[in-house]
Amino acid sequence: MESMHLTYIYCPYERCEPYMIGFFLNNKKIQSDRSSGTLVLDFIREQTSLTGTKEGCREGDCGACMVLLGRPVKNGIIYNAVNSCLLTLGEIQGCHVVTIEGLNRSDGLTPIQRAFFDRVASQCGFCTPGMIISITGFFLNTAELSMEAGIEALSGNICRCTGYQSIKRAIQDLCEVFSGDELRNTSLPEERVALLVKLHFLPDYFLEVPRNLKDFEPYCLETQQSSLDKGVLVAGGTDLYIQKAEELRYKKLVFLSNRPEMNFIHVKDKHCHIGATVTIEQIRRSDVIRGLIPSLFKTLGLVSSTPIRNRATLGGNIINASPIGDMTIIFLALGASVVLNNGTKQRRVPLEKFFLGYKKLDIKGTEILDSLFFPIPNPGDRFNFEKVAKRRYLDIASVNSAILFREEEGIIREIRISAGGVAPVPMLLRRTCEYLSEKKLHKQVIDKAAEIAAIEVSPISDVRGSAQYKTVLLKQFIYAHLMSKKGLL
Amino acid sequence: MKHFDAELHVQGKSIFTGDLPEPEGMLHAAVLVSPVAHGRIVSIKAEKALDHPGVHAVLFAKDIPGENQIGNIIMDEQLLAEDIVHFIGEPVAIVVAESPILARQGVKLIDLNIEELPAVTNAREAFKLGNLIAPSRTFSVGDVDSAWASCDVIVKGTAETGGQEHVYLETQCAMAVPAEGDAICIYSSTQGPSFVQKIAARVLGIPIHMVEVNVTRLGGAFGGKEDQATPWAVICALATQHLGKPVKLVLSMREDMIFTGKRHPYSSDFKIGMNKEGKILAWEVNYFQNGGAASDLSTAILERTLFHCTNSYFIPNVKATGYCCKTNIAPNTAFRGFGAPQAMFVLEAAICAASKKTGVKPSVIQETNLLNTGDYFPYGMEYRGDEVRRSWKKVYEMFNVDETRNRIMEFNRNHKFLKKGLSLMPQCFGISFTNTFLNQANALVHVYTDGSIGISTGAIEMGQGVNSKIRQIAASVFSVDVSKTRVETTNTTRSANTSPTAASTGADMNGNATKIACENIRKRLLEVAKELLKSSEDDRIELVEGYVLLNGKRTEISWEKLVNETYIRRVSLSSQAHYATPGIFFDKNTEKGEPFAYHVAGTAVTEVTVDCLRGTYHIDGVDIVHDCGISINPLVDIGQIEGGLLQGIGLVTIEELVYDKGSSRLVSDSMSTYKIPDIYFAPDKVNVEFLEPKDPYVGLSGSKAVGEPPFMYGIGAWFAILDAMKAFDPNTDPGYITPMTPERVLLSLPLTKE
Repeated sequence: MESMHLTYIYCPYERCEPYMIGFFLNNKKIQSDRSSGTLVLDFIREQTSLTGTKEGCREGDCGACMVLLGRPVKNGIIYNAVNSCLLTLGEIQGCHVVTIEGLNRSDGLTPIQRAFFDRVASQCGFCTPGMIISITGFFLNTAELSMEAGIEALSGNICRCTGYQSIKRAIQDLCEVFSGDELRNTSLPEERVALLVKLHFLPDYFLEVPRNLKDFEPYCLETQQSSLDKGVLVAGGTDLYIQKAEELRYKKLVFLSNRPEMNFIHVKDKHCHIGATVTIEQIRRSDVIRGLIPSLFKTLGLVSSTPIRNRATLGGNIINASPIGDMTIIFLALGASVVLNNGTKQRRVPLEKFFLGYKKLDIKGTEILDSLFFPIPNPGDRFNFEKVAKRRYLDIASVNSAILFREEEGIIREIRISAGGVAPVPMLLRRTCEYLSEKKLHKQVIDKAAEIAAIEVSPISDVRGSAQYKTVLLKQFIYAHLMSKKGLL
Repeated sequence: MKHFDAELHVQGKSIFTGDLPEPEGMLHAAVLVSPVAHGRIVSIKAEKALDHPGVHAVLFAKDIPGENQIGNIIMDEQLLAEDIVHFIGEPVAIVVAESPILARQGVKLIDLNIEELPAVTNAREAFKLGNLIAPSRTFSVGDVDSAWASCDVIVKGTAETGGQEHVYLETQCAMAVPAEGDAICIYSSTQGPSFVQKIAARVLGIPIHMVEVNVTRLGGAFGGKEDQATPWAVICALATQHLGKPVKLVLSMREDMIFTGKRHPYSSDFKIGMNKEGKILAWEVNYFQNGGAASDLSTAILERTLFHCTNSYFIPNVKATGYCCKTNIAPNTAFRGFGAPQAMFVLEAAICAASKKTGVKPSVIQETNLLNTGDYFPYGMEYRGDEVRRSWKKVYEMFNVDETRNRIMEFNRNHKFLKKGLSLMPQCFGISFTNTFLNQANALVHVYTDGSIGISTGAIEMGQGVNSKIRQIAASVFSVDVSKTRVETTNTTRSANTSPTAASTGADMNGNATKIACENIRKRLLEVAKELLKSSEDDRIELVEGYVLLNGKRTEISWEKLVNETYIRRVSLSSQAHYATPGIFFDKNTEKGEPFAYHVAGTAVTEVTVDCLRGTYHIDGVDIVHDCGISINPLVDIGQIEGGLLQGIGLVTIEELVYDKGSSRLVSDSMSTYKIPDIYFAPDKVNVEFLEPKDPYVGLSGSKAVGEPPFMYGIGAWFAILDAMKAFDPNTDPGYITPMTPERVLLSLPLTKE
């Protein structure tokens, strides 16, 4: 029941003719007549005989559907493990998609497969292909081999059988067998792929892929704003497809994630500017950001999972307008503003004024979110982020909160505290900040601040916790923020 | 030894039910379910659904040619609701269409009008109303009533254990294909193919031999596919019968979570009596089990709760009563442990409560009361092993429990908000189906003319490695390499009238049946070898490593040659064998007997760190001494122990079923709202040590069942967290309630009390 007019990718600017979606799936060239909103998971399971990619939760929470997504760059192809249940055909024009079958070598198991087999890191086997994909993605990218880094690569993979201990033993084996030096010496994508082919981590055809991908049309990258309202804008879509994948399957979609002009992180005039399509993982690994707020690397590790951070964008996270979005809460505390653009005019709105009500934004007509900027913190400013969920990783917070402030001779200056999950919108705790401003930091002041914060919010009871719990948690965060010795920039 | 299937898994080459090639003309089913917890169906209009493009049929209860009845132990559950709906998620109609999406769209177009009736959601409320699925049962020994007088301390209390969603990553799924002469072949992701076969025949109104059920493997089950795989398979079969076309149904994860039952929540009242030394003299407990809207396996599960009401302890005076309560939630069902974790939690809670009152440490009370060889259980069976005490002692020695305690005290002195806690958790689990008749299995073994071996049994491979163990057994009987063996799909035409793969008995029973079948064939092979070697009665002939040995010396006759010669001589190379667990019986009138082939015991030490500022916690490590007998496959067994442990930890910590306030609408209905342990949540370290095996060697080739017992170790996490909370505030009282979510921790700590 595919409608033909939707089987093409549309140029967002109507400058060029729509084209059929083309990509490589393992070592096979695909020209698809499916709609651009078709999930890659559905394409693989419905249109190919590749059954190693499993459907689990369809919301990026289990990792059974993991594939490698390879995007061509100057020096080869950059591969990342991504959830195919949150990825549509429209996003993979000219890319290399690798399923578990695409990793199999004809001469035996790859070292990763071998480690999982030897350590019995697979019981029922339903999650296993996704695990192998994620670890392969890790080897394609990592600069260091360690248990910690290996575990992080599996932050988006759930196994209900093994209890993970055997999986950790498999990672340990892999860390010990291969030398970190070889990985460090292969920083360019094409070098890394060549190394992994040599070590039998990848089948030989990977070497041919960059040349093969040259056959495909690149995305139309012309810059014109006027026709962006002709379809549903997708900036990653890792939450959008959870909410309405079926509805979007036959809608006209405009994919923003490949537009280079919206993908930048730089400092200018004492402000840090981040483009709307920058992914969370890009922010996390950005040298610019690390220079400004070193603790953000660890903090952003608490946001979703590695494969989702590889695709979720800053703009998508903000526009999604979740009252509990981790990125929004962090940037609220940092005093960020958003830059909106309707094609002719730019408008800047402080983030704290951008959220008007539950999922309601101050965004007008054809405006799209271009970027975000925040004043770079002063040396000595303190930043801290708190998040509590049932599970520490890949879970939505019950409450989250961030703080940025400066202490001068024991006096609190320029304090900003944000909180999520405690109101219909991500909140800046204005009254708490007003109270704390110019106060000397001691026990009674913190007690009072926690009291004010509790009064200032209006959480509801839901699956993430009772209203009472959320209020108490926020108060605890006030203590954690102000008592913490950490978070010193 | 390996988990042989894993070689396919790591390459994505293993086939699950949903991966089977779809036959030409495949249709897809979707199910309209009740949106209310209790109600009367006033009208159903399906015209719009039938008009929807691609929809082939909409089927209702009236379209069932046989009996509209899928009950197993008690006949109280319809496949499709006729008049009254009893829970949210109860199937009402089936839409069959050309794609899953079209079928689901069709479901939305059915106009279902229901008049709502009052609903009951919790067990005690149902009990008050007299809504019981079956009469209550009581296990007793000694005389509790007169024992209280001799107790120095008596503590009463209540305990609540929450339910648990299975979260098998492969959701419920099935495919039915028409076969010759109105027969139907069902491919089902089920632990109980014979059960699917029987119910399908019943609903379709055809003899059982007209239904073939085939199972390759399951993507996790944990009990959730013992009884509850059935309706989906039967729905496909019914649609196939009506339309003469293959029909497939795969539930989405969210549908699965809403439609299917879970581990039973229990609410329990207890009364424990001890003397000053901590010897438990009397134990009285009432379990209120939330069975959900139909019996399913609830009565059997409640029975096992009663069997394990004293866990690893000897208590001379016991009275344990169980009430199977009927409520308006999805019928709860089997889940690893099968009622035992609920029983064990209550007793550990009571020990904890008694410790609080007496000041005697929980571990002292625990150790004082551990079973000794020759002690008896409330159901009359003698404890013949010694592993309960041996594992306790070994855990102390191997893992320096006293030293760890000192380290923890030191840590707690030096940290204001971070507190560590420790617990010991012994468990003793009975092996066998408690319904004696289920303790039988069969196997069919073929040796082919090239020497390769094909094995069919009733066992279902769902990750637990049962097929690996069966292959090893066959290979060892014939003394050939495991690569010569293959375990076929589980198919009702090859293995009939089988028990579900459950109750941790899969390897014991099916392995033993396989062993008998292989031994039958080996006997014939040796006869042929005797002929070939023209040997006398006194000669010793053996099969060793692929050759025939004569008086210990290798002959020219290889395995392959012997097999071929046997075939040429027209001697059967196939055998079917039956195994029935010997010596077990149980009298439900007296509630006494020998229901178990043996017990599996062990002890776990759990260490946790609680962040008392934020209410969060981390499981630092778990040390386990466990009895596997003579393990056939240590790597597989360790995997069962580690995996069971983490599911158990999940049950008592973060796995929380959340219902809309005051209703039975599940809101934790997805993997984003129902969180199970991930790789970070798992303990930093798990050390598993096998107990040295000792006679009597009771299970398959001296091994012991391993599926369920290790789950119980996870309960220790709850008590370790409580221990850490007490280091922060000795008076903390979170109640004996699972799960101990971060919310429960935080709201039970003093900083946050107004």
